[in-house]
Amino acid sequence: MRATAQVPAIEVRHATKRFPTRSGEYTAITDVSLTVQPGEFVTVVGPTGCGKSTTLGLISGLTTATDGEVRVNDRPVQGIPEGLGYMFQTDAVLPWRTVLDNVAAGPRYRGTPRSEARAAAADWVARVGLAGFEHYHPHQLSGGMRKRVSLAQTLINQPATLLMDEPFGALDVQTRGNMQDLLLDLWSGSGTAVVFVTHDITEAVALADRVVVMTAGPATVKDVIDVTLPRPREVEEIRLTEEFLGMYRRVWDSLREEVEITRARGANRAA
Amino acid sequence: MRRKALRSRLAVHGTRLLAVATLIGGWQLAASHWIDPFYYSKPTRIVERLHDWFTEGTAFGSIWEQIAVTLQEAVLGFLLGALAGVVLGILLGRSRFLADVAAPFIKAANAIPRIVLASLFVIWFGLGMSSKVATAFVLVFFAVFFNAFQGAREVDRTLVDNARILGAGRRQVLTSIVLPSATSWILASLHVAFGFALIGAVVGEFTGADRGLGLLINNAQGTFDAAGIYAAMILITVIALATEWGLTLLEKRLLSWRPGASHADAPA
Repeated sequence: MRATAQVPAIEVRHATKRFPTRSGEYTAITDVSLTVQPGEFVTVVGPTGCGKSTTLGLISGLTTATDGEVRVNDRPVQGIPEGLGYMFQTDAVLPWRTVLDNVAAGPRYRGTPRSEARAAAADWVARVGLAGFEHYHPHQLSGGMRKRVSLAQTLINQPATLLMDEPFGALDVQTRGNMQDLLLDLWSGSGTAVVFVTHDITEAVALADRVVVMTAGPATVKDVIDVTLPRPREVEEIRLTEEFLGMYRRVWDSLREEVEITRARGANRAA
Repeated sequence: MRRKALRSRLAVHGTRLLAVATLIGGWQLAASHWIDPFYYSKPTRIVERLHDWFTEGTAFGSIWEQIAVTLQEAVLGFLLGALAGVVLGILLGRSRFLADVAAPFIKAANAIPRIVLASLFVIWFGLGMSSKVATAFVLVFFAVFFNAFQGAREVDRTLVDNARILGAGRRQVLTSIVLPSATSWILASLHVAFGFALIGAVVGEFTGADRGLGLLINNAQGTFDAAGIYAAMILITVIALATEWGLTLLEKRLLSWRPGASHADAPA
């Protein structure tokens, strides 16, 4: 689904982020530039610890850039931008609340009366396939089910911009496939711009309109690869096609070097 | 399978009864033949003393009055101390600045042997209930404060960030994330805290009082009534156990969302 050029949903211009450490400064990302159009699905891959999450942090307003500019909907990011959704890598569901009250949290925070919020929440709980589990507590659910709660909790606010930080990394392969299909299903037609960070190249190519490859730390953008696979896609099917394999190779060719560099650095540090 | 479980439970209970019987029986025997019951007392004398207290009353009024007074002092000191501990603990736990400012003062205050303040409080507040409430308060406050402080500090950052992105303001983060997060820490300290409250009330009464279980102990000490001391100890223990049971019920209710608390199985 290619969006026409308009006001970009997300614009990162030459962003750099440095963290003060005990021995000076650590540069996480340097001169990162990235543009995401409304309704576009962009995935970001890179070697371990290269600063992919930091980039998301800058867009979300949870961290501020040391240099450069970050804009969401053509407004500079100061604090959390409006219409933003974020799905974290680790569980962010509230353990002391039921599934229903977890999903209703967003609307409740924004002032929606409880009965209305719960009704909307019930709708979303069904959409992510958890109908019947509204009154369960998170500890009674499997990891995959908790992810669905997270997804519903994030999407109920109908974010115009959605950031996802390796959300399915902790799931087993089959559950991951289910979640990817669910995500694509809920996202298609919504017009939401998505930035999805992952280690998994298969996931990156299967979900995206474009794949951004980042270098080893201090990270910058190395390559942007267009994914021309047709939509709607079913993840398990599409990854067996020749076209997919071609895209996978292109991404891996670009990424391989960076992974080697990171691995060598790690070995040197350990030596 | 069930018979095995039943048998092991009987074995456990049985052994317990045996141990208690041996202890008390042995004590009674020893005090009747080898050791001097004037110093060590014996079980029959303790039962006698309790019987006297409950039928004829103590030197200071009915036994129920003494129990009521000590209980009141403990409960009041507990409630006030717990409230103050929770409020200040969460306040300082969430404000880096306030925590840094207060740190050395708190350390110093914590190092003071708090029980000794009982004497000070008797001078300040007199022999009535307030000095005992104050002693109990001081003991409870520090226990609860440190736990609430730690609990508020250790709130999972991801939960806070997630709430903020979902639209929560500062106050909403405090009530919907920080407070529930810190609850298990706070509840953990409340068990210990009520014990402290009881100790505070009793020791406060030791130091100077006109009624209460601590006064009975003090009086028993002065009249070399070892049985009286044991009897009072038994009463205090029963009260402590009863409140412990009540608090555990409350804790189970409030923390029912914890893994392991419920037996519902998670479907795949």
